[in-house]
Amino acid sequence: MLEALLSLLILAGALFTFIGSLGLARLPDFFTRLHAPTKATTLGVGSLLIASAIHFSTQGEGLSLHEVLVTLFLFITAPVSGHLLGKTGLHLRLPRLGKQADGGLPPGLPPG
Amino acid sequence: MMALAVTLALALVAAAIALSFWRLLIGPSAPDRILALDTLYINTIALLILLGLRLNSNLYFEAALLIAVIGFVGTLALCKYLLRGDIIE
Repeated sequence: MLEALLSLLILAGALFTFIGSLGLARLPDFFTRLHAPTKATTLGVGSLLIASAIHFSTQGEGLSLHEVLVTLFLFITAPVSGHLLGKTGLHLRLPRLGKQADGGLPPGLPPG
Repeated sequence: MMALAVTLALALVAAAIALSFWRLLIGPSAPDRILALDTLYINTIALLILLGLRLNSNLYFEAALLIAVIGFVGTLALCKYLLRGDIIE
């Protein structure tokens, strides 16, 4: 039962990490690329750390709190670096996609 | 069952690192590359946690914490340099 829960958390975490990097590699402009990894990887590493904390806490050596430190640090710093990267992109006036009349993405996007 | 999950997860995270590295290589702008480095260090933390789970060792959390601290400071310094032309004014 516990093992199934841990496996589920580990797979979900790895999948979110992968999706974040896939977005980074595939999305069309800098601001959409900024969106993908800052959220997906935080969620992915978060669930991996929860899985790790449960695993090492049930080994019979008491509560394992190393993971909480890493989680806390990542959850505090990820928005700060995301904000600074967005500010840098705005400051350098990077090209961005305009909004279409139907609210979708423009046709004929260059791949990646 | 958990060993299989950890192996699968290691493969997924390795693929994620390859994708981030691809973005680091093709750019095209400097903030894109900083973002790719930022994602790379977060992926490395995930890889280290999975390695700790696989080898059943507590030792890897210190390494993960160090990578988190140094990666954050690196991202901050690079962004600050692009924003202001200087790191510590």
